[in-house]
Amino acid sequence: MNAATVFGLLATALVGVGLYGFIVNPQPLRKILAFNVIGSGVFLLFGAIARRGAALGLGGDPVPQALLITGIVVAFSATALAVTVLLRLFDETGSTTLSSGVAPSASEPDPAKARE
Amino acid sequence: MTADAVTTPGGLLLPLAVLVPFLGMIAGLVLGGRNAQRVAMVTIVAGVAIALGIAQSMLQSGDTLVYVLGGFAPPLGIALRADGLSVVMMVAVAVVIGGIGVYARGDFGTPDGVREARAPLMYWLLLLAVWGSLNLVFTSGDLFTLYVALELLTFAGVPLVCLDGKGETLRSALRYLLFALAGSIFYLLGAVLVYGEWGTLDVALLAQRVQPGPVTWAAAALMTTGLLAKTALFPLHLWLPPAHAGAPPAASAVLSALVVKGSFFIVVRLWFDAMPALPGFAAAQLLAGLGAAAIIVGNVVALRQERLKLLIAYSTLAQIGYLFIMFPLAFDAGTGAFVRGEALAGGMLQAISHATAKAAMFLAAGLIYATLGHDRIADLAGAARRVPLSVLAFALGGVALTGALPSGAYVAKKLLLGAADASGQWWWALVLQAGGLFTTGYVLLVLSHALRASADAPAPRVRVRRSQEAAALALAACSLLLGFADVVLPGDLVKSPLDPGELATLVVTVAAGAAIALALGRRLPALPAGAALAAIGSPIRRATVAVGLLVERLDFALRHWHVAGLSLVVLTLLFAAAMSGAR
Repeated sequence: MNAATVFGLLATALVGVGLYGFIVNPQPLRKILAFNVIGSGVFLLFGAIARRGAALGLGGDPVPQALLITGIVVAFSATALAVTVLLRLFDETGSTTLSSGVAPSASEPDPAKARE
Repeated sequence: MTADAVTTPGGLLLPLAVLVPFLGMIAGLVLGGRNAQRVAMVTIVAGVAIALGIAQSMLQSGDTLVYVLGGFAPPLGIALRADGLSVVMMVAVAVVIGGIGVYARGDFGTPDGVREARAPLMYWLLLLAVWGSLNLVFTSGDLFTLYVALELLTFAGVPLVCLDGKGETLRSALRYLLFALAGSIFYLLGAVLVYGEWGTLDVALLAQRVQPGPVTWAAAALMTTGLLAKTALFPLHLWLPPAHAGAPPAASAVLSALVVKGSFFIVVRLWFDAMPALPGFAAAQLLAGLGAAAIIVGNVVALRQERLKLLIAYSTLAQIGYLFIMFPLAFDAGTGAFVRGEALAGGMLQAISHATAKAAMFLAAGLIYATLGHDRIADLAGAARRVPLSVLAFALGGVALTGALPSGAYVAKKLLLGAADASGQWWWALVLQAGGLFTTGYVLLVLSHALRASADAPAPRVRVRRSQEAAALALAACSLLLGFADVVLPGDLVKSPLDPGELATLVVTVAAGAAIALALGRRLPALPAGAALAAIGSPIRRATVAVGLLVERLDFALRHWHVAGLSLVVLTLLFAAAMSGAR
């Protein structure tokens, strides 16, 4: 098993752990962190792919490395935006819950009264 | 799309189309205050001119426009490409942004005596950012630039939801952002896998290289599902109704008409251009199946809304479903690939006519809300007297959506029905027809209330800005007259409106729509015969209402975070399985 494979497997584990947290944790801040864990997994995978594609005596394929930097910047901006919205939400409402709305009920106006 | 990577004449317009809105945004931010709006107006004029310029160069050369950034050819460099699809979408977006811009001058003008107001400043900057991002989506030639464009679009769209800074809209915005981020990370993971397998992200090069295999199936499934989450295709729609209904009207129009089309466009790029031979028949059936479910659930829940803006948001959900019906119809069983033809033309025409009609409907709803002080459907009586032009704009937009002659949706439906007929997939024809009837149902429901005379003393005519009503009307008229675009399409699709067959269809559609509104509407339509019919059909109505409530509960359950998150994973697996089964 070479280094690229080990990193690839680690990346898979990170994506899995992050995805679990993203779906299961109800708190938005945890979700933001989970998103970053998935992101780390994806970036690690991309790094492993770059290592695997090494040629011409380079340590790795430079294209994924260049894209990786961009991806990290995008994920960083996304995190910053999400945290900002979350802070504003807490300031406004004093809570950070994402759930809202009430279950639809049978509060049907009966046909005779519907035209009032 | 061709793989040759040489800048063509007129190619320079492509980076301009992307950069000009972003430069306008930066200039607006630096100059600040009331100048942001002025800069936005100048940028909109320039942007529309650039879009028309691109269309003209394309008509002249008759081929894809290409611009190679920095002279580095793919796979190392990045090429911007504009084919027919891109150009059509760019022109349509320019027109819709122009219309919304005219309207937004009324809602987001900086008030007198204030040097700078937060919401107007942000609105104009974000409007330009959405536009620049969309143009990047339409012209990007590789999967990673598409990812960046997609993220830019989300970052510009999310703050539009919470412009008013209230708790409920902030919550909607955060839900939207988090779920969209999940979608984009799925897409990015897929793109990374594609690069690992095929060594390029360039769409044209991928079309030549991609071969079926486990990694490629996984990558395509991940990318498709991620994009569906961003498009809010059923059952990944948890974020859409609150976000689109809660935003200010001029922002809702942008989000509903334009932003969701960005990720939809990338699905088209992926399935038709990057890997046409990969997904296969079963995956296309799955995709259109989700579309059909979106049409049914979206329309039924729309009929059960109390508020006009939520009704329009659920209508968007259903219309998004419509866009995905074209995929199996564009599948060529002979070659096992997706081919550009009448089905794709129909799907794109549907997207454009929805963009114009939905923008008009949200803008009209905004004017109605501003005048009446609420948007409760049951209390719309008198609206037609107080803001007649706004109600007319809503009606025209709604009629255009139903696919009435000579709307763009009519031609789109004809094209799709033709493709369904040709490929023997009659079940999708059924879905297309049923969707039109439901749409007629809720348009009738709203109009029957809005056209009723108010019981109160006639309220004075309220003066809304003429330019705002004109913008809503113009967008609705665009959608209604898009049918004349068929001069560029093959065959004679548009019949005379007085053709007996067309008249019969019209009568049947209206009757069926009224029946659906009577059966499923939360409030009964205010038709003269409504009460009598309801009295006769009371047991039937009780049954239909029970069905409606069931669908509404299903929608509510699916909009839970856990359920939507799991759907994301399950759909990815289903798509991968469907694609691998195609071999």
